[in-house]
Amino acid sequence: MENGVTGGGSRTAPAVRMSGLIRRKPRRRVAVVGAGLSLFMRRALETGKELSYYAAAQALESAGVRRRDIEGVIMATAPDAFDGVHMKGDWLLDGAGGVRRPYMRAYVGGGSGVFSIISGWTLVASGLFDLVLVVGEEKMSSCQPHPQSAFLTIFDHTIERPLGPNLLWIFALEQHRYMSTYGLRNEDIALVSVKNKHNAMNHPAAQVARELTVKDVLASEVVAWPVHRLMVSPVSDGAAALVLASEEVARRLTDKPVWVQGVGWALDTSYWGNRDLAYPRYVEQAARMAYEMAGVTEPRKQIHIAEPYDPFAYKELHHLEGLQLADKGKAPEDLAQGRFARTGALPVCPSGGLMGVGNPIAAAGVMKLCELFWQLRGEAGARQVPGTPERGVAQAWGDLMQVGTVAVLGTR
Amino acid sequence: MAKPTARPHPVIDAPPRLPMRGHPLSDDEFHKATPTVAWAPRLEYAWDTGAAIGRFLDGLRAGKIYGVQCRTCGRVVTPPRAFCELDFKPMDAWVELPDTGTINTFSICYVTWDMKPLRTPQIPAVIEIDGTVPRGGFLHLVGGLRGTTVEAIRTQIAVGTRVQAVWKKPKDREGAVTDIVHFTPLRPRQKAR
Repeated sequence: MENGVTGGGSRTAPAVRMSGLIRRKPRRRVAVVGAGLSLFMRRALETGKELSYYAAAQALESAGVRRRDIEGVIMATAPDAFDGVHMKGDWLLDGAGGVRRPYMRAYVGGGSGVFSIISGWTLVASGLFDLVLVVGEEKMSSCQPHPQSAFLTIFDHTIERPLGPNLLWIFALEQHRYMSTYGLRNEDIALVSVKNKHNAMNHPAAQVARELTVKDVLASEVVAWPVHRLMVSPVSDGAAALVLASEEVARRLTDKPVWVQGVGWALDTSYWGNRDLAYPRYVEQAARMAYEMAGVTEPRKQIHIAEPYDPFAYKELHHLEGLQLADKGKAPEDLAQGRFARTGALPVCPSGGLMGVGNPIAAAGVMKLCELFWQLRGEAGARQVPGTPERGVAQAWGDLMQVGTVAVLGTR
Repeated sequence: MAKPTARPHPVIDAPPRLPMRGHPLSDDEFHKATPTVAWAPRLEYAWDTGAAIGRFLDGLRAGKIYGVQCRTCGRVVTPPRAFCELDFKPMDAWVELPDTGTINTFSICYVTWDMKPLRTPQIPAVIEIDGTVPRGGFLHLVGGLRGTTVEAIRTQIAVGTRVQAVWKKPKDREGAVTDIVHFTPLRPRQKAR
């Protein structure tokens, strides 16, 4: 479990110990055959249903299938409180193409986007269906005066809410613990905002793409020290979608299926004050499960692109360490050395991530999977990472800062 | 209905190459042109404290911090819980803990939940209470510090700073987490009791 590297840095870390997290490797293979997006924006005219329809219709079109070919539908969308609509998964059904279909909501807060492909994968891998539509949607802007109000209720009603918390607290507390454990500077963290907002300049759906310097990020207002405003992802509306197919159907539809090689997820205790805030163990557990399924034994060699969840700048680094793609406390050093740039040894968030493209929560996780789909097919154009990447990992995080959801996608 | 149009953005040779839809509203459109329907829900709840937290709150009213111990994993943790979530069995014992601890992490927060600025920041912290397992902390506030800037506050507290609870007067306590006003740094000559 420990990386235990005594030299050579993150690039030469030892193999991941297999941990028997899955009973057996599922036999039925599942591929991604289509992807679609709406624009990501601060405030959309469109309703959540309309945004879902835009993304779902585009995914179906890109896969070359119609809604009537779809046998099951997964819808990922985060708290009902954003919309003020109870049972919003069911309400969004029409936009997600779920009418008169086996339909399920995938919901683990911010982790929902990647949980949606995991849920869709179970429907195909189990042999139930050959063609499944996966949709992620979020419309945060309806919640007034600020969608943070929807997050207040994640704090314990008896022992936390009387203290007057807000969502920024937990991120600021976690970032500070991460920094103090490893002696990191805020400059090291700010570089994530710079990289991702830069990468997003090449994403046509992007909401907050910008060319910035570390100095600009640190000159932005302190919202909750050590978190500055430009280290926080924006409030967003948007949707994203994928089409999943069984091997037989995928081979009929495309010459370039992208395989779901492994999936994993895990949740840690809701007594979050009792956790090690410097290291996301639950992400590690989810990653180990996904790697075991995918046959990945040396993630730093075998993973060529990573799309970790980056709602706050430090989160990308935190998650890279949980994903075993950097040594504990060393991801900032790797970042500073350019390892995670689009042209680096391990491109991280070549899409621009949540910090650059935007953070319509469940849709943002699906957007990361869309990016892997395009990158692995060599179709990412201005965003294409060099070489011929064969395998990528996407990860999301959420609930009460306690869930890790991981999917490994690859060309074989 | 406003006509949905694509956001003008530079033509980028990158996917998705199919046209993306979505009409971002400008402030002007949002406030004037686009009708919205507003609703302010009024929901009320009465939350039971539960067996473990109820006893914890009774302790706070008496000026004591309680934890619980599981003899299987050996942990002493607070806030108390009725069962050990790791061993999945009832907790074995209640433990009275000192009202001192160590700052595990803290923040200096200058905004409210609706992003209104705060002149005097809130200082949330995870406090590891003495006598609990490492990282057996809970969320509370740090107070009693001089100044309001990040620099001023960071000269007085850091990760690892020893702190002690500042209690409300006994007559003002109500069996709530706020019976502890905040935690404040132990002065050097002050000894943990």
